[in-house]
Amino acid sequence: MITALLLFWPALAALLVLLIKGESAKKVAFIATLVEFAIALFAIVNFVPDATTQFALDMPWVERAGIGFSIGMDGISLLMVLLTTFLVPLIVLSSFKHDYKNPHVFYALVLFMQTGLIGVFVAMDAFLFYFFWEVALIPIYFIAAIWGGARRIPVTFKFFIYTIFGSLFMLAAFVYLYFQTAGTELAAHSSNVNAFYQLTLDSATQSWIFWFLFLAFAIKMPVFPFHTWQPDTYTESPTQATMLLAGIMLKMGIYGVLRWLLPVVPMGVSQWADTVLVLSIIGIIYGSIIAIRQSDMKRLIAYSSIAHVGLIAAGIFTLNEQGLQGGVIQMLSHGINVVGLFFIIDIIFRRTNTREIASLGGITQTTPALSIVFLILLMGSVALPLTNGFIGEFLLLSGVFQYNYYFGAVAGLTIILGAVYMLRMFQGVMFGTKSEATEGFADLTFHEKAVLIPLVIMVFWIGLFPNTFLSISEPAVGQLLSIINR
Amino acid sequence: MISIILLSGFGIISLFVGFLKSKRILLPLSLLFLAIVFGINLLDWNDTQSYFENMITIDNFAVAFTGIMVLSTLLILPFTQHYITRNDENIGELYALILFSLVGAIMMVSYNNMLMLFIGIEILSIAMYVLAGSDKGSLRSGEAALKYFLMGSFFTGILLFGIVMIYGATGTFNIAEIAGSAEAMGTDGVYNAMFLLGVLMIIIGISFKVSAAPFHFWTPDVYEGTPTVWTAYMSTVVKTAGVAAFYKLMDAAFAASYASWMPTLVAIIVLTLLIGNIGAVVQQSMKRMLAYSSISHAGYLLMTLLAFNEFSTSAILFYSFAYSTASIAAFGVLQLVSRQRQSENYEAFNGLGKTNPLLAFAVAASMLSLAGIPLTAGFFGKFFVFSALIENPDMMWLIVVAVILAAVGVYYYFRVVIAMYLHPVNEDHAPIRSTSFINVMLIIISVLTILLGIAPALLSDVL
Repeated sequence: MITALLLFWPALAALLVLLIKGESAKKVAFIATLVEFAIALFAIVNFVPDATTQFALDMPWVERAGIGFSIGMDGISLLMVLLTTFLVPLIVLSSFKHDYKNPHVFYALVLFMQTGLIGVFVAMDAFLFYFFWEVALIPIYFIAAIWGGARRIPVTFKFFIYTIFGSLFMLAAFVYLYFQTAGTELAAHSSNVNAFYQLTLDSATQSWIFWFLFLAFAIKMPVFPFHTWQPDTYTESPTQATMLLAGIMLKMGIYGVLRWLLPVVPMGVSQWADTVLVLSIIGIIYGSIIAIRQSDMKRLIAYSSIAHVGLIAAGIFTLNEQGLQGGVIQMLSHGINVVGLFFIIDIIFRRTNTREIASLGGITQTTPALSIVFLILLMGSVALPLTNGFIGEFLLLSGVFQYNYYFGAVAGLTIILGAVYMLRMFQGVMFGTKSEATEGFADLTFHEKAVLIPLVIMVFWIGLFPNTFLSISEPAVGQLLSIINR
Repeated sequence: MISIILLSGFGIISLFVGFLKSKRILLPLSLLFLAIVFGINLLDWNDTQSYFENMITIDNFAVAFTGIMVLSTLLILPFTQHYITRNDENIGELYALILFSLVGAIMMVSYNNMLMLFIGIEILSIAMYVLAGSDKGSLRSGEAALKYFLMGSFFTGILLFGIVMIYGATGTFNIAEIAGSAEAMGTDGVYNAMFLLGVLMIIIGISFKVSAAPFHFWTPDVYEGTPTVWTAYMSTVVKTAGVAAFYKLMDAAFAASYASWMPTLVAIIVLTLLIGNIGAVVQQSMKRMLAYSSISHAGYLLMTLLAFNEFSTSAILFYSFAYSTASIAAFGVLQLVSRQRQSENYEAFNGLGKTNPLLAFAVAASMLSLAGIPLTAGFFGKFFVFSALIENPDMMWLIVVAVILAAVGVYYYFRVVIAMYLHPVNEDHAPIRSTSFINVMLIIISVLTILLGIAPALLSDVL
């Protein structure tokens, strides 16, 4: 029941917000997302940390075909739901000072998207998963395409076509897998996740199924070389859409790998793991080097995101516990850090009207609060010990090292390169002499603090007490491994 | 059966009502007729009966397809409202022709005999030739009618040749008996050349009717010239009847000789998907784009003919109806827009999201549905079609081709959505005027599209 409530509450709230014309829409939307967060907290309090799927709801959807409306949460799902419900209120709050045209439509789309995201994380049926996967795409496309920057129309169109193209392959793979499953007395086949886990396919089949599924997830993450839509889309989208894309939607791809790729075609995965690791590591180096060369802050973070996701992908495809646990915790950390960083860029942009590092500088002189928060989030992002990024990247890298020493050594460059581009940006923007644009730069307002302080708390919480979160996902990851190694 | 008789009678009544001075009553009367037929038709559910020396069998297949075709017609007719308000001379005939053509369509889904199939196709087609040219002041409409008629007769000839060949090879028109004699003939996998030639000619003849490539070349021109309401009818009801008849024929009569005609059909499907989707990409006119899209949807529908299993008929039924509702909304709004903005290009839709949110929403829902995106009926349509085919492991590559081309489809359908929501309104464009009746119909169609996208079992579990 809790899962259903989590799933449908944002959609209901979206309909409500749609009826509210004018500025009060954002307040209603904010309250609705807070309620959603409260429901998620309630779920986490009642969660028993074992490997089972909890708060499950299983109803027939297309009964004759064995397709069920099956939702539920295990530890991994729950952490993803927690991340989503934690970030969306902050994303809504971060938009309070924006004057978007037609605010009721904007916030309705954000809420509607939340339903899609939650649906992806709680779906325990392949077709339901696909359904929500696409449902999440439509609102974000419109948010980015209607309220985005000057080149928004071609850029978001590319993003849309690209992701649809990938997900259609996922659908084809799901349909094929579905027909291999054993059914029940009611239906000849079943698309339930457990039916998929029980499949024993020969390795040639697993091999092509792997690519069908991986293509969809790799485009969403994005893994090199499927990333070409990402920097433009992140840059052209309005800040809130960028936060949703980078903070949460990217995790759909990684979550998809964990739930629907690794345990379903383990032989295919072990066949291609080397290839994926090489691609991911190329992505790490490539994203980092291009990030170093960027002059636009938003683009810089976009490329850094490719590097970070590359490391997560590399970690989870090692198929050992450190790698997988690191991937899960790093999904949380990356979501928190990247949302914070994009918000800070937005703050700077709205005061100076520029995102060019060269035309900024000297902001620290007048803004102690902003400087500290920025630095903390930045340190989280470059994986300094005591911050959240350290836990994730440490586990991920130790996973990669266990898998292959050389891969680990190259992937480890991410920490050095990350420090280079992040600190270079911080130096250019915050230190130095004041430029024309940063003259009279004001410190954080109350609203901005309200968004950033929860993020900073989370940076330290995960950094200091990672077990709060690791213990939730641990049994689920253990079960995942036991299915893979069956 | 009663529905066929009733519809014929209603058609004649419409003709006479057309003589009245005020023709206002024609539209509500036709809608009433269709509603009655829809209800009467459902009485035959689970009550299989054969008529006329086993020429026609009304089984659940026939009832289900009759149901969605009558319903589609019901949804199309409100868009003829402007004929009524203009009070044209001869509109009685138009309504009569639609009702008559529907008789042909019903015969095409309930035939049990090749002659009945032929008669059904002819009743349907002749009405359509006239409707294509019904805009008498327009040269393009005349051109469309002539093209459609000449090509149509030519291919009817081929179809008839095919039927005759089959008769020559098997000595019967009855499809069950044809199947029996084909099975006896082909025990060693070798068939009489006359039989094979007959099957090939029938495939060509019906492929023309459902506008499958390479027999599609008439489609863009005829669709473009035909008055938009009748284009909507042509691309929905006519196509549904054609594909259902095609499936029934291949399943009931020629399933045993599957291996001999399968390569031909695969080639037709691949060509249809390619030409339909690629052709639609380069169009500037929304109406021509919809014509090519209708070709591509014929390709998806024909994919079900490669696998005869419990999913196939449901897949055709669901896909046809999903495609029909979406096309009706698209053509309906296109008709309003093109009449008031004198253009059928994408630019005519610029800013529709701001000026007419309801119309824009209906078109957006139908474009998403045609593109096969979840939350809309079109997604489950594609899903069921792929499901029907995937049990045939040799055809995995065809599914991959279809999937890639479906992604191409997203491109051209979204051009309309982008024009409506992302491009600014042209200064000289006034909001589109629409009547409340049409608005209500558009809401009903959109709700159907989304409802079937959320609860597909409503229709997919029928057959």
